[in-house]
Amino acid sequence: MADRSLELEDCGHRACGGCGPALAARLILKGAGERSIICASTGCMEVFSTPYPQTAWKVPWIHSLFQNTAAVASGVEAALKRQGRDEHVLCICGDGATFDIGVLCISGAFERGHNITYICYDNEAYMNTGIQRSGATPFDANTTTSPAGKLSHGNSRPKKDMPQILAAHGAPYVATCSIAYPNDIIRKVERAVKTDGPCYIQIHTPCCTGWGFDGAKTIELGKLAIETGLWVNFEIVNGKTEKVKKVKRKPVEEYLRAQKRFAHLFKPSVNTEEIAKIQAIADANAEKYGIDLKI
Amino acid sequence: MKKILEGSHAIAEAVRLVKPEVISAYPITPQTHIVERLAEMVADGDLDSEYICVESEFSALSACLGASAAGSRVYSATSSQGLLFMAEVCFNVAGMRQPVVMSIANRAVSAPLSIWNDQQDSICLRDSGWIQLYAEDVQETLDLHLIAYRVAEDHKVLLPVFVCFDGFIISHTYEPVDIPDEKDVKAYLPAYVPVNKLDADDPLSMGMYATPEYYMEFRYENDQAMTRSLDVFKQAGKEFKDLFGRDYSELIEEYRLSDAKIAIIAMGSVCGTIKDAIDVMRAQGREVGLLKIRAYRPFPAEDIKKALSGIKKIGVLEKNISLGSRMKGAVGLEIKDALDDSSVSVLSYVAGLGGRDIRIEDVIKMTDAIEAGNGDCFFGLREELI
Amino acid sequence: MALRIGCASAPGKARENKTGSWRVFRPVFDHDKCTSCGMCQLVCPEGCVLTDNDEFNPDYDFCKGCGLCAEECPADAITMETEEK
Repeated sequence: MADRSLELEDCGHRACGGCGPALAARLILKGAGERSIICASTGCMEVFSTPYPQTAWKVPWIHSLFQNTAAVASGVEAALKRQGRDEHVLCICGDGATFDIGVLCISGAFERGHNITYICYDNEAYMNTGIQRSGATPFDANTTTSPAGKLSHGNSRPKKDMPQILAAHGAPYVATCSIAYPNDIIRKVERAVKTDGPCYIQIHTPCCTGWGFDGAKTIELGKLAIETGLWVNFEIVNGKTEKVKKVKRKPVEEYLRAQKRFAHLFKPSVNTEEIAKIQAIADANAEKYGIDLKI
Repeated sequence: MKKILEGSHAIAEAVRLVKPEVISAYPITPQTHIVERLAEMVADGDLDSEYICVESEFSALSACLGASAAGSRVYSATSSQGLLFMAEVCFNVAGMRQPVVMSIANRAVSAPLSIWNDQQDSICLRDSGWIQLYAEDVQETLDLHLIAYRVAEDHKVLLPVFVCFDGFIISHTYEPVDIPDEKDVKAYLPAYVPVNKLDADDPLSMGMYATPEYYMEFRYENDQAMTRSLDVFKQAGKEFKDLFGRDYSELIEEYRLSDAKIAIIAMGSVCGTIKDAIDVMRAQGREVGLLKIRAYRPFPAEDIKKALSGIKKIGVLEKNISLGSRMKGAVGLEIKDALDDSSVSVLSYVAGLGGRDIRIEDVIKMTDAIEAGNGDCFFGLREELI
Repeated sequence: MALRIGCASAPGKARENKTGSWRVFRPVFDHDKCTSCGMCQLVCPEGCVLTDNDEFNPDYDFCKGCGLCAEECPADAITMETEEK
């Protein structure tokens, strides 16, 4: 069992107050433990935690580039294997690095079957560079490169389904989780590092700055995403979907209203047509994963 | 032990001797025979390395970086487009001070697509922070790989190295080579001792970012290490000579240069042709010599200045083109800078691009041009096509 | 201070950066109401809620005052008060 009192992410990092990814980092390390080597991509977490020489990481940590983390981890893992060492190799990367620019390296590492745990902290846009859309940005979200305007309702494409893409690579363990349920993250990371082979975990990490809400509400936002069916927590073990978190679903409007990135859907009047499209995404999720509690 | 080997297989023998713990490479012509042979060695148990068969050159070098950071000696090989695809990682490996050694089977870059030799690929990476060595023949290519690891892993250096050799001309040519004894190589090249290493028992953050308060000093230290590598190479070359008998104690080599009035400067396999051409011209009474450059980075400017002292007419045979540069060749500019003497004529001749043959008569014609003071041009163009 | 080669650093230096100076609101813990469930400690993005004999307290050197602990405390034992400097 993971030691929940273990603190391997130091105080003094420069994340925004109430940062979802900063919380995720602490929880990941509790699950992974001290015998971990972290490979990081360029992004918010890398920047807030490692301005030279003030590293916040108490475990070995390496950053190379934006898009090559899975390949760097492949090399680290191969070296450990050759040297007969026991550390766990983890990647911790943002959604831009994972869904977009790093796909080649991730696909290669998963196909080769390296014993690594790849974790994506998903805050649904390029936050470090100022909130630009990524392949993880949800439908209709307003970002600086998918702005809502006279002819636009924000991001015109739905979120890419990375967990299924990596499950299709034959990954033995794929899971989604959210900072809204801290113990669930710890448990899933612990399971992934103990599973032989390439594992993938995608953590929903609300970003108060990028999404536009009060940092005190980070966990509440994470919960609302799950309660509306716009984020689903599940595990895929050897290709089989298991342990889907079930909810008594709320209308998506409750989640959307709480964030400035969707404010254009409520101004000047409620855009029922667009909100219905987002509701349909939640309904499809509910159908696909069977998240609705039978009452 | 003397053997007749294809260049690529001789390189694979060198790699077997240095015993990298991790090899990661992606196939590209004309590098393929090296990585195929290494894969065979691993498959047969003749080489105890983790061989990561990656999906791209970008990942090949990234995996080498990760393995090196975890404390392993690593090896990779590439060419042309593959090297360009690695470009971002190249700068990163050097900045992170990982002593990766990589073979470069020099090949032209696209477009137009060409699988044949010139040196544009490695020259493009001039400022990436890698040491760049250029070999003339198969034996030198093999030997430079051993020396490369010695220099790269020296704690005064800790920089990555390209061992460059001409694609096909070296990589696919059979030559008799002397393969050093395993125990001599072991004595020459001790186990790699990293300064920074990913290790749960001694945690460290590597590849942090530097604010303006720190960035310049890191770049300065990179440049200092490059400068220090000049002497480290010479010492490594001297010790190599003591153990194996072949002399690499200098980063340049002279051929009939001491009494020459005209100097030809070149890197790589073309030096062999130039030597033959010089013999022909010397027999005709022309006072021509060759200065072969073994290291383009660090650039041995002081040694070159000394070797060329008193020579007023110099021509640089360039297997690269710096498009838009007045002088056209990347090596010539460095020579001009090294001499810093306006009374000396230094001219560039861009030749042999995309595998165009350079023959003895071409070198003689080039010497005529050097003597006449005509240069900074393409040499050997097919006039009927332009 | 000489630079460590390759822009690397050993752990411990982040603590030089006292992020408590960012704080606008200050969490005040009511130990009578506290049930020692540990939720505040679990959800703190800074990891700066300290425990001493089941008594939870924020480390004001690092607490940025985000209010996540107060929001998530099931016993409503944490209140956010305007920081006085």
